[in-house]
Amino acid sequence: MRKRAALAGLVWKETRHILRDRKTLAVILLMPLLQVILFGYAIRTDIDDVRLAIVDPVPDHATHALRDRFGATELFRIVAVRRSSADLDGLFASGRIHQAVVFQPGFAERLAHDGPAPVQVITDAAEPNTGTAMQAYATAVIREYESGLRGSGPAGAAVTASVRMRFNPTRESANLFVPGLIAYVITIISALMTAISLSREKETGTMEVLLVSPLRPREIIAGKVAPYLLIGMATVILVLAEARLIFGVPLRGSAALLLAEGLLFTGTSLALGILISARTPSQRVAMTAVLAGTMLPTVMLSGFIFPIESLPAPLRLLSVVIPARWFVEIARGIMLKGTGLAELWQETVVLAAMTAALLAASMRSFRTRLE
Amino acid sequence: MTDAAISARGLTRRFGDFTAVDAITFDVSKGEVFGFLGANGAGKTTAIRILTGLLAPSAGAATVAGHDVAREGEAIRRRIGYMSQRFSLYGDLTVGENIRLYGTIYGLTPAQIRERTGILLERLELGGQVRKRVASLPLGWKQKLAFSVALLHEPEVVFLDEPTGGVDPVTRRQFWELIYAAAERGTTVFVTTHYMDEAEYCDRVAVMVAGRIEALGSPGELKAPLGAATMDDVFVTLARAGASRGVR
Repeated sequence: MRKRAALAGLVWKETRHILRDRKTLAVILLMPLLQVILFGYAIRTDIDDVRLAIVDPVPDHATHALRDRFGATELFRIVAVRRSSADLDGLFASGRIHQAVVFQPGFAERLAHDGPAPVQVITDAAEPNTGTAMQAYATAVIREYESGLRGSGPAGAAVTASVRMRFNPTRESANLFVPGLIAYVITIISALMTAISLSREKETGTMEVLLVSPLRPREIIAGKVAPYLLIGMATVILVLAEARLIFGVPLRGSAALLLAEGLLFTGTSLALGILISARTPSQRVAMTAVLAGTMLPTVMLSGFIFPIESLPAPLRLLSVVIPARWFVEIARGIMLKGTGLAELWQETVVLAAMTAALLAASMRSFRTRLE
Repeated sequence: MTDAAISARGLTRRFGDFTAVDAITFDVSKGEVFGFLGANGAGKTTAIRILTGLLAPSAGAATVAGHDVAREGEAIRRRIGYMSQRFSLYGDLTVGENIRLYGTIYGLTPAQIRERTGILLERLELGGQVRKRVASLPLGWKQKLAFSVALLHEPEVVFLDEPTGGVDPVTRRQFWELIYAAAERGTTVFVTTHYMDEAEYCDRVAVMVAGRIEALGSPGELKAPLGAATMDDVFVTLARAGASRGVR
């Protein structure tokens, strides 16, 4: 009974710390909201307005038909038509064009008689990701034209369908980044804030006083991290609501499941925060360690911004031990595909196991400080 | 041994090759003001950390309030108060909030907390400052408040680790009055210091040099054999003797 009062006293005290530190509180609450907007508009991997050059030495009806196809899309804008490919280098270098479609003389002729007629697509791949995407879009336009020529067999119809989906000008990247952003926000609030608040008490000396009190180490930790659990959840809900209002990001699956998984991932991050603060001598070091040890992997290796599939093999292997990677997969499944626990139980088990291991490790290293 | 508030037998703590506390043996009786003297790095803080259960001893044994430090940490922690050499209150909480927090941590009822808060504030003449944040108080007040808060749950033994560091002489004097008052109420006071004038205020003093207790007794007993006029002289003589033996 008294014990519970002691714990409640600790939670109350931590809440006071948080509420009185207005600046930090504002940062905690506003940063995620701002980030949704920043990421939503800045990290879009969608492509629009590709400036296209056409090199058409001997125009004929077929080249015109294909050129019209490009012109008719929302994505491509033909900014230059040339007879030879001589000044393409200059156009690319000056950035006037992103892409060039190069025909050879007698295109219609070859198409009618010889079968496949070569068309060259040249893409500015200074940014490999957008380059690949532009290449794919251009190829899709050509293939669409091609399948239109051959009449619509079943295979041709399939190609056309997939092309249309890709051209659908939704902000698909917003859908993809919001689950990652939730992981990021949870990491910052849970890992960073607990690490800072624990190492602050270590630094000021109040931790010692708590440690010589009748409170057990696990009670001290529980009392300290409980408020952050709440703040973390509140921010997740805010981010979800904002993403929905501004970008129309869907939540197709169960909101309760998403929050429960969010709570689990918050536990993972809290454990990491405790572990790091127990192993580092000062607030500053703890902060750096959290930034390097949790936030960086969350951004780089979780699939938040860079798809896991496109990572080099060693990094892809490394991503397996990043808790955020599993949470992002879970959150994407629930939000975008509407999947439930039946499909996501494996990821959940992995995350739960990681949390248990990290909690055990963090408790041990917290205790070893007492020796 | 049960009548001793603190009892240490060959208490030792090593960090790797370094022996911070080297087989110290002493008893502190109930209600005594026991001073632990030594230069920085002499092992005072390590000793206090062992006795408060923050560090496990490498060898030897000790009891505090009748309980073994190595095995009965929790029982000890209920019966002791502690004030570290660093400031031990929360600066962003008010005076009243700090008192209430420590009260609940030590399992006091709200009624007890209210009652003792009143007594404490009156004793410190801090009545008008309950709603002030502790960070805004002068250092002397902070230290006195920290000491009073460490006594809030009426511990049997209170450990003070260099409580008067950086405090002006007048406040130090007031601080010692608080210590005497606590001892009169039956609390055993274990205090470390490197202010030699403060050593004169203690009932008995242990002088630590390089992890060992070089001398133990009342200030008078320590001064007489060395022909020293002040504790300062006693300390310098003992420290030099320790150094010349090449202890460290």
